[in-house]
Amino acid sequence: MSTVIKVENVSKQYRLGKVGTGTISHDLNRWWHRLRGKEDPYLKIGETNDRTQKGSTDYVWALQDINFEIEQGTAVGIIGRNGAGKSTLLKILSRTTAPTTGSVKLKGRVASLLEVGTGFHPELSGRENIYLNGAILGMTRREITRKFDEIVDFAGVERYVDTPVKRYSSGMYVRLAFAVAAHLESEILIVDEVLAVGDAEFQKKCLGKMSDVSKGEGRTVLFVSHNLGAVKQLCNSGIVLKNGSITFEGDAENAINQYLSQNKVEGLSSKYEKTVLENKDIELIFAEIKDKDTNNRSEFDIMEDIYIELMLSCNKIITNLYGYIAIKNNQEELFIESDTYDIPPNTLENLHLGNNKFIVKINSNTLPIGEYNFYISFASTHSDSFLVDVPKEILSFKVFDNSTKRGMRRKAKSSSLLQWTPIYVE
Amino acid sequence: MQHQTEEHWDLIISPKNRLLDLQLREVWRYRDLLLLFVKRDFVAQYKQTILGPLWHFINPIFTTLTYMLIFGNIAKLSTDGTPQLVFYMSGITIWNFFSQTLTSTGNTFIANAGIFGKVYFPRLISPLSTVASRMIQFGIQLLLLLSFVVYFKSSGLLPHMQWFNLIYLPAVALAMGGYGLGLGIIISAFTTKYRDLNVLVGFSVNLLMYATPVIYPLSAVPERYKPYLTWNPLSPLIELFRYMCTGTGTFSAGSLAYSAGMMALILFLGLLQFNRVEKTFMDTV
Repeated sequence: MSTVIKVENVSKQYRLGKVGTGTISHDLNRWWHRLRGKEDPYLKIGETNDRTQKGSTDYVWALQDINFEIEQGTAVGIIGRNGAGKSTLLKILSRTTAPTTGSVKLKGRVASLLEVGTGFHPELSGRENIYLNGAILGMTRREITRKFDEIVDFAGVERYVDTPVKRYSSGMYVRLAFAVAAHLESEILIVDEVLAVGDAEFQKKCLGKMSDVSKGEGRTVLFVSHNLGAVKQLCNSGIVLKNGSITFEGDAENAINQYLSQNKVEGLSSKYEKTVLENKDIELIFAEIKDKDTNNRSEFDIMEDIYIELMLSCNKIITNLYGYIAIKNNQEELFIESDTYDIPPNTLENLHLGNNKFIVKINSNTLPIGEYNFYISFASTHSDSFLVDVPKEILSFKVFDNSTKRGMRRKAKSSSLLQWTPIYVE
Repeated sequence: MQHQTEEHWDLIISPKNRLLDLQLREVWRYRDLLLLFVKRDFVAQYKQTILGPLWHFINPIFTTLTYMLIFGNIAKLSTDGTPQLVFYMSGITIWNFFSQTLTSTGNTFIANAGIFGKVYFPRLISPLSTVASRMIQFGIQLLLLLSFVVYFKSSGLLPHMQWFNLIYLPAVALAMGGYGLGLGIIISAFTTKYRDLNVLVGFSVNLLMYATPVIYPLSAVPERYKPYLTWNPLSPLIELFRYMCTGTGTFSAGSLAYSAGMMALILFLGLLQFNRVEKTFMDTV
């Protein structure tokens, strides 16, 4: 096995904020330094890319000192939270932007699929777009002609091949676009989240095609996705990025586990108390997860109702105030999403000044076995200025199944239990 | 001990392009894409229109009629003794070719930011395909112009016009295309970060037309202004083009050489500038 991708000390710096009159002074300064043969003065500054923290300079490192090598025929999953630098890395590898420092060495042709249907022209027919898109992705006309039937067949659009793509359904459009890309004859394939489109059947087909590409044809695949299931299925090795640096490099399974453990918000528990009040108009000062006997608990059986007690401090009456709750498991999958408009009347429209107490109930047999994070925020559809609390993820709890025979082996995405009622017939 | 061998890499991605590394071999490898872009421009432009490619004729005809009315009959500008129709139409045809090439290549990075941000191909393909499209359009409009030339020639209204002079046509077309491309890519390179130039170009191309003998012949310009106009490297090309179509025009071998030299210089500077920004323009566009 030989190394086909070698990334050496790659860093990428971005300047935040607007491009405007302020930038020209920096540009002139940079030019003046270069003229005298000195180093770019702005490369010395810059901060780690943590989007949650406000930085002191306008320069951030989206990627910092990235080094790795990829052998031929491996399928590598690149995972990380939003803003970890995944897309920047792919952009550099696919040459849509250049690194600020460092270099990338590649063997063989690279095809990148950062988006399906790049360059599709709505007025042109399916046939014309296959040629155009194929050429944009680096195929020659002869290669496309050779693969044309295969592409049309894979996309399943024979009947519409001479119809302008603007008349296609969005599903057909995406299928055709992916089909063109999937038939590229490149040694290295870079794929970014394109599988988030199309119906389940087509997604399966795409994954199958991609694993053919890597396992069957010995080509190298780089795959960026939030869909950990797809990464697990497709990739045999993984790279985890966090704030622009590599935190893990190894086999896919361990990479995913490392990513998940990193994802856990520190110090989350079944109780939340705001220690320093900020005197916002609306503020969540206290929240607690309880069982039906009002005991604070963090683990629940699927057969139990879960109660969340909230204490809101109201310093100013805000019209059209509403609350939003989202419950995600530790794989970032959303299970419950609800706001106070869901069940009228919206009780947050009638707050009184001072403390207001609420109970939110999650019915038994709703959430499946798993670990959950409780997200809460407040907002108003009213346009005047107001200041509300956005606490975000504040609580966490676990759900298990100790009361049924199936118990912890239950794999469903809901814990509804079904009753079999006998109907007596003669 | 690790065995070190000289490894061969097909591609090395580094922060900056070398100054003169234009990657023309890669452009050649993507020639099919260039052709498909040209085809796309043509096919897509007139889909769902009734008159289709006839629109290529309608624009120059109406512009010519307007110029004949305003500059010819109201302002009574000289046309060097040639029929107004051929005089204005020849000026408009060659000038439109230049100005449209300039404005559309000047927009390369901004108009293609969507594609450029998602997939790599030699960026130069885009402006080159634009020039090719404009050149084909110019060729179509030239047919219209030449049919009028044939008509007026056979009516004896173009006594000085010589058919064999048309052999200069490819040279003039290439030179005008070169100016359009060269200036266009300089503008495109500068406008990725600062859009000011784009605004400037919009109206200055219009003004430039009046500083070039498009709606008047160089021979009719008063002596004290002539030196300024001869500094304009586009003037000899327009005059040469008109000379081919009507048989009258003011230019010299020296002025043509100056014009060609300037074209080469601008094109070279344009390529240099384009090459400098193409790698990282996505971060600032």
